[in-house]
Amino acid sequence: MHAEEKFTPKTWPASPEKATLEGKNKFMGFWFFLGGETVLFGSLFATYLALKNKVPSDSHALTTDIFDLPLSFVATMLLLTSSLTSVYAMYHMKNYNFQRMQAWLLITVLLGAGFLGLEIYEFNHYVHEYGHTFTSSAFGSAFYALVGFHGGHVAFGLLWIISLMLRNAKRGLNLYNAPKFYLASLYWHFIDVVWVFIFTVVYLMGMVG
Amino acid sequence: MSSLAQKKGFGATVWDYLTTVDHKKIAILYLMSGGFFFLLGGLEALIIRIQLAVPNSDFISAGLYNEVLTMHGTTMIFLAAMPLIFAFMNAVVPLQIGARDVAFPFVNSLGFWLFFFGGVFLNLSWFMGGAPDAGWTSYASLSIASEGHGIDFYVLGLQIAGAGTLIGGINFLVTIINMRAPGMTYMRMPLFTWTAFVTSALILFAFPALTVGLFLMMFDRMFGSNFFDVANGGNTIIWEHFFWIFGHPEVYILVLPAFGIFSEIIPHFSRKRLFGYSSMVFATVLIGFLGFMVWAHHMFTVGLGPIANAIFAVATMAIAVPTGIKIFNWLLTMWGGSMKFTTPMLYAVAFIPSFVAGGVTGIMLASAAADYQFHDTYFVVAHFHYVIVGGVVFALLAGTHYYWPKMFGTMLNDFLGKISFWLFFIGFHLTFFIQHFLGLMGMPRRIWKFLPGQGFETGNLVSSIGAGFMGAAVIILVFNIIMTQVKGVKVGNDPWGDGRTIEWAIPSPPPFYNFKQTPLIRGLDAYWLEKMEGKNGLTPAEPIGDIHMPNNSILPLVISFGLFVAAFGAMYRPDGEAWALPVLVIGLLITLGSMFLRSVIDDHGYHIHKEDLMDDDKGGKA
Repeated sequence: MHAEEKFTPKTWPASPEKATLEGKNKFMGFWFFLGGETVLFGSLFATYLALKNKVPSDSHALTTDIFDLPLSFVATMLLLTSSLTSVYAMYHMKNYNFQRMQAWLLITVLLGAGFLGLEIYEFNHYVHEYGHTFTSSAFGSAFYALVGFHGGHVAFGLLWIISLMLRNAKRGLNLYNAPKFYLASLYWHFIDVVWVFIFTVVYLMGMVG
Repeated sequence: MSSLAQKKGFGATVWDYLTTVDHKKIAILYLMSGGFFFLLGGLEALIIRIQLAVPNSDFISAGLYNEVLTMHGTTMIFLAAMPLIFAFMNAVVPLQIGARDVAFPFVNSLGFWLFFFGGVFLNLSWFMGGAPDAGWTSYASLSIASEGHGIDFYVLGLQIAGAGTLIGGINFLVTIINMRAPGMTYMRMPLFTWTAFVTSALILFAFPALTVGLFLMMFDRMFGSNFFDVANGGNTIIWEHFFWIFGHPEVYILVLPAFGIFSEIIPHFSRKRLFGYSSMVFATVLIGFLGFMVWAHHMFTVGLGPIANAIFAVATMAIAVPTGIKIFNWLLTMWGGSMKFTTPMLYAVAFIPSFVAGGVTGIMLASAAADYQFHDTYFVVAHFHYVIVGGVVFALLAGTHYYWPKMFGTMLNDFLGKISFWLFFIGFHLTFFIQHFLGLMGMPRRIWKFLPGQGFETGNLVSSIGAGFMGAAVIILVFNIIMTQVKGVKVGNDPWGDGRTIEWAIPSPPPFYNFKQTPLIRGLDAYWLEKMEGKNGLTPAEPIGDIHMPNNSILPLVISFGLFVAAFGAMYRPDGEAWALPVLVIGLLITLGSMFLRSVIDDHGYHIHKEDLMDDDKGGKA
């Protein structure tokens, strides 16, 4: 099969992301990349756990003071749902239904942007209400490094998916861009999994002190 | 076919190398820049040994000594050994598995340019207010307090170069898994490919720890965070853990491909198949696995407690078992073989006792209780130079002689090679053997000068003389390389004779598409197998057909250059320079913008047509 070939829903292969050698390579290379990212986030989690609530004086806010569970719960739901909608997008990609794939990707992007908006509001709130900043204490540094790296990944993922949607809007699916969409959705799932750990380790465990 | 094999002007050649995605040309780029940094690191080593040749020396100042010492270690590990390993991986691995290129040619080029700009950035520190001076390990307690921009150069330079290494590792993992020729099963892969595979896996899981460590250091020094600031709740031990979680696998990242190179050379010049191939593979994987379990043996004196120290001590000693398996396999490969002592083989034979000596002192250092005595003395310096020079550098020098004909199509002079080998071998042992005793007598490492009358004079003088021998050996090697390239006598496919693996079945240097027909691999040592059956070349697995090739691109260089620019902005922003923030932003925009271009511009590559291939029978000139 050829990268520039034209397809119909009948001739479209079952796993378009792996139908070409290039696609196969990208698929495997990206999984390895996510393996490296796992170590990266693992290191940031370790740093956070080592420096959690490590502040220079009693006047600094701790985890039990600042976290607001309803807010992070809503953020979690937004991101988890966006992971589900990206699965729907990939379902339509595999069925050669470009319009529906684009529609579900758009919903994914909107949910992701909602999550990012809540995170920006949350950070702003901590800074102005509690004086909890990147430079105020080791706890602050570790918190913003971990959650901020995740937020940066979300922002990058949004830009990535939007670029793919715009670039391919007029020409539809082929075996050259199918792996690209698939990898972006893999990346999006990875971000979601990392957030599940952040929600548990940072927010839930933070609420119990 | 003229379009494939035409002469190019100088400018066109330079442009070709700046944009190339061909693994063989990227190998040459890695070899040249790694070789340059090797000379630079060697020069720094000579300055250290001149300073320490006599007691109370005033050859250089204390501050400059710290910078030279730091840059010697950092340059040799990150900018010389790593890229030289990548040079051989690029030059050899795709040929050994019968592939036309790596899985991601564009990423391969990006990896090189990231390394290159990171290395240049790090070394610009010499001209821009002073080099890093906190040792190659750059422990946070010291480096946070270091004034000037030296440590900033270290942090940003290594961050950029490290990103390049990481994507290089991913590239080789995918290449080896997906791009093998038909019949090339895992247990038929040449051992250098196996070690490249395990090393790539180590890179993938070790480098992100360094990435995070460097990020934290960057935040602390340039963005006001408190990760390592104890007064604000920070903890400097975090750096030590991250550094060694990366740093210990790093020594296996370096030494496994070295083992791989020797595992190719020893069977080749013994005219025997490698003894215990499957146990060699098993040992390689096991060393890679255990390499992640031992990082805290660098931190025995930190105070992690007796339980942690005991666990890490035992794990460390366990690595001696697979390494011992390898040593015996090499010895038994030579046993009864018909040996030819060429320059690469001399290095291989000399490597075995030298590396074993380093392994034995490694076991001594692994005994946590005894380590309290050895720690931070010249005994440690002697140990790691025995494994890094006796293992890695010997392999790189051996590989340079061994693979030179395959990379350049010319043969290095064997007589000069042998002179350079003997000078290097004698010089190496002269320099480092006596440092064991200096260390045991109590000479601390990283000192700027020592006093007379403490019994250190003779040992240090002998050590410095040995360093001179090694310097002379390298000068002869450089002379040999220049003379060989000036004469330019071309050699054939299998210039050493007795080639076993399939890279020796194709022209030297290979045509840019490597294999006109993908070969069918019928067993271990596939080329040897064909020769034993009286055939001249490999059995093809396909008829001659069109070959798909990737397009060249300048974007990898531009992406890397953007980070290089951004690093200056990040570094000078805390000084209150008005231009710093815009430079940081512009640099990042260059990088992100060129990544965006890469994403939106379709790149389908091109095809070499069957008819052109038929005409291109003398394709090696392309």
